[in-house]
Amino acid sequence: METTKNLRGKYAIVGIGETEYIRGAGRTTRSMATESIKRAMDDAGLKPGEVDGMMSYSQMDSTLSTFVAGDLGIRLNYFMDVWGGGSSIEALIGIATGVIEAGMCNTIVIFRSMNGHSGMRFGGTGKRAAEPLSGDQLHARAYGWQSPAQMFSLAFMRHMYDYGTTPEQVAMVKSIHSEHASNNPKAIMKKRVSVDDVLNSRMIVKPLHLLDCCLETDNGTAIIVTSKERAADLKKRPAYIQGVVGRCCKPRSDMYYQHGPLSQVAGHYAKDILWKNAGCGPEDIDVTGSYDAFSFTTLLQLEDYGFCEKGEGGEYVSNGTTRLGGKRPNNTSGGHLCEGYTHGISMIIENVRQLRGEVDDSCPIGPDGKRQHTYDYSEGGCRKQHNVELTANLGWATPGTGSAMVMARG
Amino acid sequence: MAIDTNYLDMPIMVEDLDQENLAYFQHCADHQFHLQSCTACKQLRYPPTTACPFCANLESEWKPVEGKGTVCTYEEVHHAIQPSFKPYLPYLVLLVELDTQKGQPTENDALRVLANLTDENGTLAPPEVVKQVGIGSRVRMVFSDVDTGIALPQWTLDENAKQPEKPWRYIYE
Repeated sequence: METTKNLRGKYAIVGIGETEYIRGAGRTTRSMATESIKRAMDDAGLKPGEVDGMMSYSQMDSTLSTFVAGDLGIRLNYFMDVWGGGSSIEALIGIATGVIEAGMCNTIVIFRSMNGHSGMRFGGTGKRAAEPLSGDQLHARAYGWQSPAQMFSLAFMRHMYDYGTTPEQVAMVKSIHSEHASNNPKAIMKKRVSVDDVLNSRMIVKPLHLLDCCLETDNGTAIIVTSKERAADLKKRPAYIQGVVGRCCKPRSDMYYQHGPLSQVAGHYAKDILWKNAGCGPEDIDVTGSYDAFSFTTLLQLEDYGFCEKGEGGEYVSNGTTRLGGKRPNNTSGGHLCEGYTHGISMIIENVRQLRGEVDDSCPIGPDGKRQHTYDYSEGGCRKQHNVELTANLGWATPGTGSAMVMARG
Repeated sequence: MAIDTNYLDMPIMVEDLDQENLAYFQHCADHQFHLQSCTACKQLRYPPTTACPFCANLESEWKPVEGKGTVCTYEEVHHAIQPSFKPYLPYLVLLVELDTQKGQPTENDALRVLANLTDENGTLAPPEVVKQVGIGSRVRMVFSDVDTGIALPQWTLDENAKQPEKPWRYIYE
């Protein structure tokens, strides 16, 4: 695919905000969205009158922009609330840059707020399990095939068959993300786990064990996008948006498995847009945020975006490359497997922190008020990677649909 | 006519408007497997749709298709999400490539039909049978009867086919 024009480096993420990650928030998605946006505005040094666009994504499980904007005294020149889970955030950031470029508004906040544990559960238990089977779903849900783990495992199993990927290699994704989470005071699951811990946890859908699956979480998260010019006046070092690919699909997006290879994911198609728009390649990236709804999703995406040869994802995620202090750490916050599940936005937030060099670990705060990072990655220690200049986020909706974004240090 | 019924205590609802699915499941109710064949490019397609995924032509006709194929991937569910499946744990979800039209129109295409491993009457297979099936297993289509106008296609081991000596399975049992 040829893109005639891109907006490389012309827009930036200038503010990030989160509520706590918790199971049992005890409050509404409207309340959590409001808090996360306020935090993002404070982070950027923006007043309500200086934000004039808002976007969000949900699956009918969240509040809407119009409510939250009103609550915060923001008058909107543009808003859009869309259907979606994983892969939405990168796609929305792409839209945000286009909307600002088109002169429709100046500064856009994008939020996701979900009671993913105490409200609608994406694992499919509770209300979702009881929904009637209508026409198209009879080809899937009628066969006990409806949760994300169930829907994706066909691709995972086939990858093991095609390439000899082992359960031990896959479990390393969880083990390494748990090391990162142990240095993240906000993470839900801060305990480090071993490969054996993963393999000894109960089987959910072969090949996925309980610890191969992410953590349903209650939280609100927000980021703010604006132009490079506007970013220069704000409080924090901007994270420039170098290139985006949004909700890129394999053929037959209705049923990803109708078009092979079965162990190939949307990243195979998305990579040609991403690297061209960003003007760099996987070898230039310092930190990745490869979506870890499951241990296996991280592996498949890193492979298909070209961080290693196809079929060598098992080796790539288990040889230390993806560990903090390694050549290219992945999900340094602990990701969806350990920090909490946000449908991708927290992995953008973490990479913004790495690009700023401001990572909220437990390192001591010095006399200048700044954290004195030790680069000691042992349990309870540092989470900041050295010299992060370029990051890549790889968002996942299904094996057949994905989004991605490259950011650069401002 | 709309379908409003239950399968394994799960409510099923197919609207009057959903003509393609109603036609598909009516054939299944008669224990026949029919797919739409494009009147322009002649390719069969699965699942039922209004247009041809290979050439976008809107005209099609239903054709009988042999319900035989090979398991190209599978998963073994140990934690049921829908309560109706709890009595059948662990159950298999099989993705089967039909012999018909395999590798057409491109090498990455095939008619891949997802269903459970069942016995010949369409009841989910017991654990000792679940253990015998993996990638490469040869299966034939059977049906789970549901109600007037609907049965669900299912897969059972094809006892007349040559089976692989050892179908590929997840490394740890």
